[in-house]
Amino acid sequence: MSALGALLTQAPAVPAGSMSTGEAVAFWILGPVALAGGLGMVIARNAVHSALWLVLTMLCLGALYMAQQAPFLGFVQIIVYTGAVMMLFLFVLMLVGRESSDSVIEVLRGQRIVGIGLGLGFAVLVVAALGRALTEVAPAGVAAQNAAPGGNPGSIGRALYTDYLFAFELTAVLLIVATVGAMVLGYSERARSRPTQRGLVEARIRGEQGRPSPLPGPGVFATANSVATPALLPDGSVAPESLSEIIESTRRDTIDSDMGGVAGPEADLGARALRGPEPPAGSDQEAGR
Amino acid sequence: MNYRELLADDPFWLVLIKVELVFAFLMIMALFMIWFERRVVGRMQHRPGPNRAGPFGLLQSLADGLKLAFKEDIRPVLADKWVYLLAPVISAVPAFAAFSVVPMGGPVTIFGERTLLQVTDLSVGVLVVLAASSIGIYGVVLAGWSSGSPYPLLGGMRSAAQMISYEIALGLSVVGVILYAGSLSTLDIVVAQGQQGWFVFLLFPSFAVFCVSMVGETNRAPFDLPEAESELVGGFHTEYSSLKFALFFLAEYVNIVTVSAMATTLFLGGWQAPWPLSQVEMFNTGWWTFLWFMGKTVVVLFVFVWLRGTLPRMRYDQFMSLGWKVLVPASLVWIVLVSGVRALRNADVTTTQILVVGGILLGVLVLLAVLLPERPVPEDDDSVATAGSDYPLPPLDLTVPPVPRRAVVRDATTDGLRPQPAQVTAGSPDEREEERSDGTS
Repeated sequence: MSALGALLTQAPAVPAGSMSTGEAVAFWILGPVALAGGLGMVIARNAVHSALWLVLTMLCLGALYMAQQAPFLGFVQIIVYTGAVMMLFLFVLMLVGRESSDSVIEVLRGQRIVGIGLGLGFAVLVVAALGRALTEVAPAGVAAQNAAPGGNPGSIGRALYTDYLFAFELTAVLLIVATVGAMVLGYSERARSRPTQRGLVEARIRGEQGRPSPLPGPGVFATANSVATPALLPDGSVAPESLSEIIESTRRDTIDSDMGGVAGPEADLGARALRGPEPPAGSDQEAGR
Repeated sequence: MNYRELLADDPFWLVLIKVELVFAFLMIMALFMIWFERRVVGRMQHRPGPNRAGPFGLLQSLADGLKLAFKEDIRPVLADKWVYLLAPVISAVPAFAAFSVVPMGGPVTIFGERTLLQVTDLSVGVLVVLAASSIGIYGVVLAGWSSGSPYPLLGGMRSAAQMISYEIALGLSVVGVILYAGSLSTLDIVVAQGQQGWFVFLLFPSFAVFCVSMVGETNRAPFDLPEAESELVGGFHTEYSSLKFALFFLAEYVNIVTVSAMATTLFLGGWQAPWPLSQVEMFNTGWWTFLWFMGKTVVVLFVFVWLRGTLPRMRYDQFMSLGWKVLVPASLVWIVLVSGVRALRNADVTTTQILVVGGILLGVLVLLAVLLPERPVPEDDDSVATAGSDYPLPPLDLTVPPVPRRAVVRDATTDGLRPQPAQVTAGSPDEREEERSDGTS
C-alpha cells in the first residue's frame, strides 16, 4: 500500500491534464476493483460482507488519491474512513449478530419506485458533472502545491488555517456539539449519582421499595420443590410473593398446569392442596392434623 | 544532493532489493524476537529458556515455525469461510507495509548506487504507519467475528476497542514530534533530531504517552487483554491453527518490531549515533547508522519483554480509562503547551523570556494553590468508615486483644496436665464430673 503510494507519488511530474503511465495503470486496476466493491456492497446478503466490500472501495479510493499526487488525502481517507468510520459500522453489525440478514419485505409502500427514480436522477447528475469535468474544466494539478515548503500536508494545512479558517472552525464546533450531544444522551442515565449501599438500606427501611425484607423463596415440600411451587404462610395460605414474576410472565401456562396438578381441583391453594386431589374421607390426612 | 533526492533517484532494481530485504529483515526479526523474549523472560524467572535447538536455542523459533506450518488446518463449521481465510492475511500484510517508511540507515552505497537504507520516504510517512495499524485492526476484528464462537468474538471486540482507543493516544503523542520536526516525513524527523537533539529529551511527555500506547496498540502484556488466556482462551485467534495462526503470530511480532522502530525513529534519534559518538563524523555515516538503529530498536524490544516479565495484566475497564481519561487528555494539554511554545518561538520570544514568564506563572499558581482554603472535612463522628464500595471497614487502629492466659489446673482425679478453663460456669457439677471422667478414660 505505502510502497504503491511511494511509487505513485514519486512519479515524474507531468503537465496538468495529462496522465502518466503509472497513474493510468493504477486507475485501470483500482477503478474496476472499486466498482466491484460498490457492487458487492449492494449485492452481498450478509451485512458484514457488505461492509467489507465498502471497505475495499474506500481503500481503492484512498490509493487513487495517492495516485493523483494527494498522499495526505489518501492516507487520511484510509485512517478516517476505513479505520474509524467503517470499523464503527462493523462494531454495530457484529453486536446485532451474525445471523441477522436484511428482511426483504418492503415496509414503506412504493419505496422501490422512489428509490429507482432518485437513483436515476443521481446518475444523471453524476454523468452530467463528469461530462462537464471531462470537457470544459481545465485541471489545475497539485504539483505546485506539493513543491511548496512543507510539501503536500504543509500546503493543505496552510490553506485550512488561512483561507478556510472559518469553515474549519465551524466544522470543528459542529463536531464538538455532536460529540457532547452523544455523550449527554448516552450518559444521562449514569450521570445521576448512583445510590450508595447505605442509601439503599435507608430507603428500604423507610418503606420506599415496597417491603424491607427479601421476597420469600418458593415452597420446598416433600411433594414438590419446583420454583413454581408457592410458599405457604404459617396459617397455611399461599404467599403470593413467593412466585417469581419472571416465571409467571414467561411460563404461565406451564405453571398453571403444574399448580393445577399440585393444587387439585379446588380453587383455593392451601397447605393440604399440595397433597393433590382430595383423598377419600377418613384417610390419614385427617389423622395428620 | 539532499537525502530525499538520493532516495528518489533509486533505480527500480534497487527498490525491489530493498523491499525484499525489509521483508527478510522483518521475518528474521520476528523469529529473533520470539527467541529473545523466551530467553529474557526465562532469565528473569531463573530458568534457562529454550536452549536445545542450535547454539543458545537460537533455532527454536525456526523449529516452532516449521511445526506450526505442518499442523492440521482446522476451520470451524460455523465459521464464515472467506472472511475466516482473509482475516490472517489482512492482519499480516499491513504489519509489513508499515515498515516501508522506517529509515533504517543513512546514506550508503549498494552495488555502486548511493542511497538510503529506507524503502521510501513519503511526505506523510508517519500517517502510513497509523493507516497500516488501522487496517491491521480489521484482521483482528474479522478473525473474531468469522470464527463463529463467543470467545473469539469477545476477544475481537475487546482488541478492536483497545487498538482504536490507543491509536488515538498514539496519534496525539506524535503531534509534538511533528510540530518540532516541521514535517510528517520520517526521514525529516530523523534529520531534525540530528540538529535539535533527540526528541525523547525535548518532548518527554510525548515519549511517555507513545510508549504506553504502543504497548496497548500491539496488544502486549500488561495490556494483552484480547488474549487474556484466563478469561478468553486465546482471544480472537482461539479457533485458528496451523499457518493461519502463524500469520497472526507473525503479525503480532512484526507489529512489535515496527512500533519499536517507530519509537526509535520518532524519539530516539533514528539512525543518528548516540551522544558521545555523534561528535565523531565517521559514526554518523555509512553502515554505522544501521548499527545505531538496530541497537536502539533492540533496546526498545527489550523493554517490551521486560514489561511482560514484570507487570501483571490490567483489568479491562482500568485499561480503557487509562487510555481515555489519562493518556488522551494529557496529550491534548501537552500539545497545547508545545504549540504555544512553538508559536512564541516563531514570534521571536527567547527561551529565557519563556522560562522567566513561565516560572512566574507557575509560582503564582503554586501560591494560589497554597492560598486556597482546604476543603472542610464533614463532621460525622458516628459514620462508619467504608471502603470504596460502601462496605464497612474495621477500624484502622484495630489491635488484636491479648490472648488471655489459660490457667493450668492440676486436678486430683487427673494427674495429667490437661488445661482447664479458668472459670467454668456452664453445666451442673454433675456434668462436669462426667466430663472429667470422660477425659481420663
